[in-house]
Amino acid sequence: MTASLWVTRLIAGRIASAVFTLFLVSLAVFAVSLLMGGDAAEAILGQSATPEALAGLRASMHLDQPAPQRYLGWLIGLLHGDPGTSLVTGRPIGGMIAPRLANSLLLAGLTALVSVPVALTLGILAAVKRGGTFDRVVGIATIGIVSVPEFLIATVAVLIFAVTLHWLPALSSLRDVDSIYELLRVFALPVMSLACVTVAQMIRMTRAAVCDALTSSYVEAARLKGVPPRRLVLGHALPNAIGPIANAVALSLSALLGGVIVIEVIFNYPGVARLMVDAVATRDMPLVQTVAMIFSASYLVLVTTADIVAILANPRLRHQ
Amino acid sequence: MTALVRLSGLQIAACKDGGVTSIVRDIDLCVEAGEVLALIGESGSGKTTIALALLGYARPGCRITGGEIEVAGHRIDRMDEAALRTLRGRVVAYVAQSAAAAFNPMLTIMRQVIEPALVHGLMDRAAAETKARGLFRALALPDPDTVGDRYPHQVSGGQLQRLMAAMALITDPALVIFDEPTTALDVTTQIEVLKAFKTVVRDLGTTAVYVSHDLAVVAQIADRICVLRGGTVQEQGKADQILHAPAHAYSRALVGAAAPRVPAEPIAMPPPAPGEAPLLELRDIVAGYGGLDANGRPKACILDKVSLTIRRGRTLGVIGESGSGKSTLARVVAGLHSAAQGYVNLNGVPLASRIADRSREDLRRVQLVFQNADTALNPAMRVGQTVGRPLTFFHGLRGRTRAAEVARLFDLVRLPAAIADRLPGELSGGQKQRVNLARALAARPDLLLCDEVTSALDPVVAEAVLDLLVDLRRELGVAYMFITHDIERVRAIADDVMVLYGGCQMELADARALGSGPHHPYSRLLMASVPHLKAGWLETTMDPFAPVPGQAGATADGCRFFSRCALAMPGTCDLVRPASLVADDRLIACHRELAEL
Amino acid sequence: MRRPRIALAVGATLVGAALLSALVGPLLAPHSIGAVVDLDVFSPSSAAFPLGTDYLGRDVLSRVLTATRYTVFISFVATMIAASVGIFFGLAAASGSWLDMVLSRLFDIVIAIPSLMFGLVVITSLGASIPVLIGTLAVVYTPGAFRTARALALNVAALDFITVARSRGEGLSYIVLREILPNLIGPLAADFGLRFVFVALLLSGLSFLGLGVQPPYADLGALVRENIAGLGFGAPAVLFPALALASLTVGLNLTIDTLTGGRKATR
Repeated sequence: MTASLWVTRLIAGRIASAVFTLFLVSLAVFAVSLLMGGDAAEAILGQSATPEALAGLRASMHLDQPAPQRYLGWLIGLLHGDPGTSLVTGRPIGGMIAPRLANSLLLAGLTALVSVPVALTLGILAAVKRGGTFDRVVGIATIGIVSVPEFLIATVAVLIFAVTLHWLPALSSLRDVDSIYELLRVFALPVMSLACVTVAQMIRMTRAAVCDALTSSYVEAARLKGVPPRRLVLGHALPNAIGPIANAVALSLSALLGGVIVIEVIFNYPGVARLMVDAVATRDMPLVQTVAMIFSASYLVLVTTADIVAILANPRLRHQ
Repeated sequence: MTALVRLSGLQIAACKDGGVTSIVRDIDLCVEAGEVLALIGESGSGKTTIALALLGYARPGCRITGGEIEVAGHRIDRMDEAALRTLRGRVVAYVAQSAAAAFNPMLTIMRQVIEPALVHGLMDRAAAETKARGLFRALALPDPDTVGDRYPHQVSGGQLQRLMAAMALITDPALVIFDEPTTALDVTTQIEVLKAFKTVVRDLGTTAVYVSHDLAVVAQIADRICVLRGGTVQEQGKADQILHAPAHAYSRALVGAAAPRVPAEPIAMPPPAPGEAPLLELRDIVAGYGGLDANGRPKACILDKVSLTIRRGRTLGVIGESGSGKSTLARVVAGLHSAAQGYVNLNGVPLASRIADRSREDLRRVQLVFQNADTALNPAMRVGQTVGRPLTFFHGLRGRTRAAEVARLFDLVRLPAAIADRLPGELSGGQKQRVNLARALAARPDLLLCDEVTSALDPVVAEAVLDLLVDLRRELGVAYMFITHDIERVRAIADDVMVLYGGCQMELADARALGSGPHHPYSRLLMASVPHLKAGWLETTMDPFAPVPGQAGATADGCRFFSRCALAMPGTCDLVRPASLVADDRLIACHRELAEL
Repeated sequence: MRRPRIALAVGATLVGAALLSALVGPLLAPHSIGAVVDLDVFSPSSAAFPLGTDYLGRDVLSRVLTATRYTVFISFVATMIAASVGIFFGLAAASGSWLDMVLSRLFDIVIAIPSLMFGLVVITSLGASIPVLIGTLAVVYTPGAFRTARALALNVAALDFITVARSRGEGLSYIVLREILPNLIGPLAADFGLRFVFVALLLSGLSFLGLGVQPPYADLGALVRENIAGLGFGAPAVLFPALALASLTVGLNLTIDTLTGGRKATR
């Protein structure tokens, strides 16, 4: 009873801490957008607008209010699911982002679906066969992939599979997707390019975590009980590696948040990251702020989830 | 002849940096069925490596390179990994030194205890659990029916060690290997575990190999003893013969180091001038962690009203088990931990509780020497620099004069001066502890706080360091607070002895008075728990003072030792803090009359 | 035992080549970087142009040699700033509790904003000059350096020899500089190398999005971007900058991995 209360408090603490960080991030994001400056009203109406028209627009956009007040208004709107209107298109941001967000989530989700099982399998296998040829090959390959920027992987992939072999489309337009086969064809290249870096990172961290567990005294003791290798890894080492592995997955998937920007640009994919790149180019601040908050929130959700998994997996915390 | 275990010409090598070094050479030994053979030696003697070879196992980086290993008719040296797996845990079982590390923290105890029986397909889960509970009972574990449902962190170290033995015995193996199973335990716990082991081994007729560095422990359980050094057998024979008539010079040295130390000659100090304040005086020190409550006591109280005095040039031994607060006592004196109540006087003048508020002169007078020289020396700093720093810091010495003084200090602790250019990693354990001492002496202190300075060392090396401490005291007139868990060492080196339990002072006595006259029940338990170098001692010890099982804990105001005390009086001891009984050479905190103790 | 040594040799050679071309490369460049020297564009390797020409007909060899200097120089300065600031605050945080809380929280915010997005926003608002680029990269990678230094220092600070120094009355600066820091040199150097790789990768990512070094100058990422049209027919103008970038980062990672892996094994 007290144990579960203790765990609940621990988890509540982690969540509160993440929410607090997100609040600080919102301050930072707002501050950066002030710094990005430019008068939005002027941006919309152009240089030739009359002062009256400018003042009217500023008032309607609350740009005449002091910064703290504007921040509060923005934050409250965000909490209500209303992040404001785009300066460039004049449309509500919520409506602009929603379909794009779904597309990005589809891309990220498919990448996670592909990379997590592959990475965990390879990472665990490399740890089990540490020092062997398989481990070395995986080690060198992951170092190689981690060291190469995403845009290079993506462009080389396009060169090989789209330009030279004509197997796959070079651009990922979602318009003419009407079958699973088409879906796979469209997503194959972006997912593959994104997954490369994610998988490589995850393999390295998983391997390190499982290696730690495998070289521990309790695994040696289990080996000396005659426990067969498969059970040694799955039954003894893995339960101890759950926390670090969850952390590895979260960190690698959060690296995907950065990678998705480059990939969406290269494949001209209609996702939220490309929307962001365009918004930055047109200095559409409310839009930039909103996407920035979505990205930071996703990062915090990932990391906090990993923390909670680690807490729940640890009997020392569960049974205080 | 029915040798169950036979090793002949065993060779084991370690591969390091591309080179191969032989770490175990030409081992020939046998163990007959029902016999307990002890492998004894210092760290690096190869005793654990040989024991693991009986399982066909070599630690990573090591390899069995030759010789025959036969256990219960199986030729282990000829088996591949798959065949070995069917043997390990079934024919040969292993009890590791640190059960706390050898139990998987993520799995329940029962799951791990019955695992050998399940993976070898010897019985079904229900039968295995029943058998495990029987073993728990045989090993005198509390709550034998439910202890298996717990996780390892919920059980004490002594209990884990016994649970590990249950895990080894669940398959009725032909041979059990005990690898230093009681080394990490407190003395009083060690006896309980040892008794449990001995009972099971005798009742089940188990054949065992018992690895240890402690001859007195081995004397209790072994039929035969094999003395190892540097990976070779020095001598093997019947336990009685090795203990009482060792033939080999090294065995004699080991037996000598294990024998009770002759107390050092009392050192003649000029009698204190009338009215001279003691060097160190502590009064009613209360210290701990967490915030203070309404009475000014910390939430987690580590030291509770401890008082002591050390006169110039004298040695106070502080003795207690892990958790007794003895290290916190040293930290309070050193200024590393602020006391919540009470005061510390140095030469009759109150000492500031924090380092930052102390004068450099006060800091110089008290120096700290830590247990583990591996972490007490900066691995990135040459030892000459390490020893020289206090000379510069306290005495402003530099250049030539400093180097000369460093050389003198090395000479004082019996180290060659050339060692000054080395890094700690290039020194042996004993050398490191001497450097550690030299650094403290460089300050020219009046008081050395020695926290378990010999417990990480091998017995022979530890003896030499103790000799050095005695010599230094004679030469320099420095006083010691000598903190240890080993009552025999304290008796040999100290003038006065303080016994701590659960942060409370149980007894303060003249060292020479230990062992005669009335004593606190806990002091008695401690003295009775030190194994004697005599077979059969285990069976006779402690019978008059067997702790009462199932005695509940005391209230915060009661005697801390209540739950383990054989003389406890429920209704008094668990409710009221005992006052000190005063005899001429001792102070005992107990509710009983002196005559009853 | 032999393979790590090969990996080390390969890695060190790659890094050495990159550093050498960063140091002396521009002196060896046969042509001025901005000069259009070929009438043809995307021409293949020839005696006159060993690495061919780019999308405007400029000499790729000269441009790669100069771009390497930009990539290495910008990444190095940014990493240097990130590591210095990170180590300074990391050591400070390791010695004080409230300072630790404040600093950790502050750096948590930076970590929570995806680095490429952070760069995108800051550089668009402040303009893509080299100082802004260096500043942005340094800010993005300071929290990592801070965390590493803090964790390492906390590990060492818990050891007994630090307690001995404290009980002697040594000041904070002596303890940090003379007792703690010498024990961190190896791990911190390895961390510096890894961070350099991250910085170089982010820099080329920014350049690829057009926010890095601006024309007519270019870093390796920018060279890949401007010649991307040559990808379809495998023009050396796009392959060699990519290769140069990859050999720098792969080489450095390989070197650090074998060095630290080797140390772990012998310990």
